[in-house]
Amino acid sequence: MGDVRKKALADQYGNWEKKTHKFVSKRPERKEKFTTESNITIQRTYTPLDLEGFDYLDQLGMPGEYPYTRGVQPTMYRGRYWTMRQYAGFGTAEETNARFKYLLKQGQTGLSVAFDLPTQIGYDSDHYLAMGEIGKVGVAIDSLADMEILFDGIPLDKVSCSMTINAPAAILLAMYIAVAEKQGVSAGQISGTIQNDILKEYVARGTYIFPPKESMKLITDIFAYCSTNVPNWNTISISGYHIREAGANAVQEIAFTLANGIAYVEAAVKAGLDVDDFAPRLSFFFNAHTNFFEEVCKYRAARRLWARIMKERFGARDPKSMMLRFHTQTGGSTLTAQQPDVNIMRVAYQALSAVLGGTQSLHTNSKDEALALPNEHSVLIALRTQQVIAEEIGVADSVDPLAGSYFIEKLTNEIEEQAMEYIKKIDELGGSPKAIEEGFIQREIQDNAYKYQRSVESNEKVVIGVNKYVIDEKPPTDLQKLDPEIAQRQLQKLQGVKSNRDSQKVTACLERLKEAAKGTDNLMPYILEAVKDYATLGEICGVLRGVYGEYEQRINF
Amino acid sequence: MDKRIRVLVAKAGLDGHDRGAKIIAQSLRDAGMEVIYTGLRQTPEQIVKTALQEDVQVIGISCLSGAHMHLLPPIVQKLKESEASDIMVLLGGVIPAEDITDLKKTGVKEVFTPGTPTSRVIEFIKNNVQL
Repeated sequence: MGDVRKKALADQYGNWEKKTHKFVSKRPERKEKFTTESNITIQRTYTPLDLEGFDYLDQLGMPGEYPYTRGVQPTMYRGRYWTMRQYAGFGTAEETNARFKYLLKQGQTGLSVAFDLPTQIGYDSDHYLAMGEIGKVGVAIDSLADMEILFDGIPLDKVSCSMTINAPAAILLAMYIAVAEKQGVSAGQISGTIQNDILKEYVARGTYIFPPKESMKLITDIFAYCSTNVPNWNTISISGYHIREAGANAVQEIAFTLANGIAYVEAAVKAGLDVDDFAPRLSFFFNAHTNFFEEVCKYRAARRLWARIMKERFGARDPKSMMLRFHTQTGGSTLTAQQPDVNIMRVAYQALSAVLGGTQSLHTNSKDEALALPNEHSVLIALRTQQVIAEEIGVADSVDPLAGSYFIEKLTNEIEEQAMEYIKKIDELGGSPKAIEEGFIQREIQDNAYKYQRSVESNEKVVIGVNKYVIDEKPPTDLQKLDPEIAQRQLQKLQGVKSNRDSQKVTACLERLKEAAKGTDNLMPYILEAVKDYATLGEICGVLRGVYGEYEQRINF
Repeated sequence: MDKRIRVLVAKAGLDGHDRGAKIIAQSLRDAGMEVIYTGLRQTPEQIVKTALQEDVQVIGISCLSGAHMHLLPPIVQKLKESEASDIMVLLGGVIPAEDITDLKKTGVKEVFTPGTPTSRVIEFIKNNVQL
């Protein structure tokens, strides 16, 4: 904009502000101050004045080009929609296999496995701590036998699979490789993701097993193993979703996630890996939360931030190392038990923000998830939500359509700036693992969670059905219920596996694993061998617990 | 010395979702109670042991993983065995309506489900605990 016109605009804007001030004294606005969930001020409106010094090539670039603000591919959804990947899992492998097939039949394009808590924490179903938890929040997997049933009739060379598994990720990955092999699909052909992000477990999710140093060793072993043996696999899904769910705001979500990402890259480089050998297979996982525009800008800011971090801080040369690819899930914590049908709309808008933000993959929550796991009817609505966005409303037809909006670019800049400040602060503390040790991340999350709760209870933050437009209602009667026989069936299956396998072989490979765990060998080959002989998840984790010890939780209260 | 209501807030079972438990703990503290928070992965044994050690009047359990029917009755039972049935047991989390009836029959005093304001929990405790 030429100087003369810029001055004209500034003058006009100043006049407009004065006039509007008068207008507002007669017709007040709904609030004194409008802010995003991260407390960033939302102006009455935005103009070119808000983008002083904005440089398109420097700050946006073309889609598929550095700094990838506009997306990591040149054609994005014009080429291929994001993967519709509904998180699913409950009961035993048979039930979950059926749900997988149902979802694939209804048009989802990728699998996403939810495991039960004993599996996530490395316990077999017959462990005393597994009582009451078997198959409740996800599928129970005790051994390769369960995995074989889980993917029965599902061609692993044709469909990608994401597994939400962290501390025992190496074991589930090994099982997946083994199942694929039995289908005649090589490790080189399979594609998918393991979450494998232990740092966020310590601060936001809680399914840790081993202490940080040992956990990092397992993670970098996986990076190294996959870079040569499983090249189409996302070795980690560095997650902000759970950090957000635990109470963080949008700025903190990406700041803490990217800080964790930095820690993983540093650990891998320290372990002797070249950045470009593993970084192209790092992936991310974000939340799609309530404030529509803030979420869109958050994803764009994250892409630009990560690209610069990888290039400038870590000297990556492969463009793929600089591309932040991510999965998104709509925010579970935004769902209400009250008037659950309203959740359908919440999820729709959240999903739309993720699409306008350029996500690679998306899970939409079901309307009943404040109360139970989704039943078939409600998960169908959730999947159709994505399909309407993709096929009917035209938002997938142009890449990064909101770019250039004064508001969007200004908000993207602000989120980036504030996130960068947090990353600097975490750097000063010595990096994410140290910040976690110190309790800094946990305090930030907790404080924001408390602030948010106060704002809902003071009615400052509206939650329809909870503090506004409340009605008298009975709870839904068609909620998904778990078959009470599940636990018994799983225990019987586990017994069967243990009776039918070659126990001597299992003992021998567990012994080999133990010795390897004491040293510096990459553990993946040992774990693969053990799972193929039907060593159980609990047995393998038991060996590692013996060598590594367990994480001692830090109680910040 | 001012006598305060003492509350143990505990995460029972393998569930790692502690946002609610921490918010309740902080709210109760802000309302003038003494609060001890156990952190994650507490067994019924551990919970009762800590409750007795800390001499609390109230135990607030948080459970969102669906394991509540396996965790709450043992807690109530162990309190009974320790002659500490005067300790009030409360539960918060994702609890189906039909389970609430059963839990109350076994001795859980009240169950707080999603959407409950912290003020209601505070009020309930104040109305039901005599120091």
